[in-house]
Amino acid sequence: MKTKLSAENLNISFGEKHVLKNISVSFAEHEITALIGPSGCGKSTLLRSFNRMHDLFPDAKINGSLHLEELDLYDRHVPVTEIRKRIGMVFQKANPFPKSIYENIAYGLKINNLPCNKEVVQKALEEAYLWDEVKNDLKMPATRLSGGQQQRLCIARAVALRPEVILMDEPCSALDPVSTLKIEELIKHLKKKYTIVIVTHNMQQAQRIADKTVFMYLGEVKEEGTTDEIFNHPKNEMTANYISGYFG
Amino acid sequence: MQYKTNKLSSVVEWGTLLLTTLIVCFFLFVIIWEIVSKGASSLSWEFVSKVPSAGMTKGGILTPIIGTVLLTLITALFAIPFGVCCAIYLNEYAENNWLTRTIRASIRNLSGVPSIIYGLFGLALFVQALQFGTSLIAAGLTLGLLSLPYIITTTEEALKRIPNSTREAALAVGATKFETIKDVVLPSAMSGILTGLVLTLSRAAGETAPILFTGAAFYINGSSGYLNQEFMALPYHLYMLSTQHQSIDQVRPIAYGTALVLVIVVFLLNLTAFYIRYKYRKNEN
Repeated sequence: MKTKLSAENLNISFGEKHVLKNISVSFAEHEITALIGPSGCGKSTLLRSFNRMHDLFPDAKINGSLHLEELDLYDRHVPVTEIRKRIGMVFQKANPFPKSIYENIAYGLKINNLPCNKEVVQKALEEAYLWDEVKNDLKMPATRLSGGQQQRLCIARAVALRPEVILMDEPCSALDPVSTLKIEELIKHLKKKYTIVIVTHNMQQAQRIADKTVFMYLGEVKEEGTTDEIFNHPKNEMTANYISGYFG
Repeated sequence: MQYKTNKLSSVVEWGTLLLTTLIVCFFLFVIIWEIVSKGASSLSWEFVSKVPSAGMTKGGILTPIIGTVLLTLITALFAIPFGVCCAIYLNEYAENNWLTRTIRASIRNLSGVPSIIYGLFGLALFVQALQFGTSLIAAGLTLGLLSLPYIITTTEEALKRIPNSTREAALAVGATKFETIKDVVLPSAMSGILTGLVLTLSRAAGETAPILFTGAAFYINGSSGYLNQEFMALPYHLYMLSTQHQSIDQVRPIAYGTALVLVIVVFLLNLTAFYIRYKYRKNEN
């Protein structure tokens, strides 16, 4: 399969703290890759380096190369807004804009000068399995939706821009089991169109949805492979211990 | 025994706290009662719609009302854009280094400077150095300077309450930093910002010391409201009627009426702040 997103010899440090150590990893197109590992192992840091979310922190030092196909993500000549348009992101806690449901989808389209009308908004909401629940309340403030609905709205907001990759940072960790299942269904459906990288703490979730799994520990990639290999035939002892719950 | 002493001490604690609260409320009530009971009789449509006449012993207080409204407007026009922009810079753009920390500490300290100092500074800078003379504009700018530290501080606090996840949401869909602030951060912080603005302006509207040397007039005959001329203002009018007028006893009812109007104006401004907060809270939930 074709590689969509890749990192090579990636090192990231915040001030004195060396968070990611020599990471080389690649994500295949139209696949779901799960990043797993104990808290503080650098999963989120790795995920957020792809859409340059670390730009917000002046003390972040990033070395190595990150690519979206052939595009160098840290090339000075590529505008960061263009990268974030092509690599969407869904966060741990649903963070809809303090605007109406309609405006939540329309905002990203407008600032990127993409065509924005009711059909486009409807399509994005349909793709996120949310349209039927909100079609009569498009003017309602998005903050009045339930937690699970808000998170699906955030997914709709991301897919509305027709990104190539969607990064998900523990998108279900604040949700109840029913909402979680809905979002997992949605993620599986989305991989037909998008490449998805998802950080999760939930081993069952990784097994339910991911094609590939990457196990990280203390800022390093310890093992990567198909989800079946990682969970049923781990080669690394640490991976085996982590997935069977000895630490984490 | 142990149980009993605990109960006793908790009653004492509760009683002390209640008593201090009641004492504070008592004094507030006495002030309000004093002003309302003695000022209510002077209050009428004529009182707020007629200019002072017969050596200010008759007529209303229209001239000082106009003066205070225009003064507050100038203060707002000057202090709001500068204050809000400064707060946005400090909270959203400035790096956390010694320079930023120094600026922030200076602003906090400025909000503690007595208002008479601002008055004298305004006299030196606007009236004399910049040659504005004692005028509405000089007094408005002086009050603006006084208001800046409060506006910057309250706006910065409002911006600080917006979680980073809100900013990330906008950045992640390709918004620039400026778009993020303009379209997402500011609207989210608007209730806090507006509340701070209104409360600051209501405080400025009631100030006397800063306008004393910079433009407030004892009495103005006829038309008023020119930027380059002196003006009458409610707080100064009240001060003058209570202490400087040649027939103090005769103008006492007018003084109480003026005090009541001033209190009502400030109260209405505070009510506006309360309403803004309530409206935005309702929208947020």
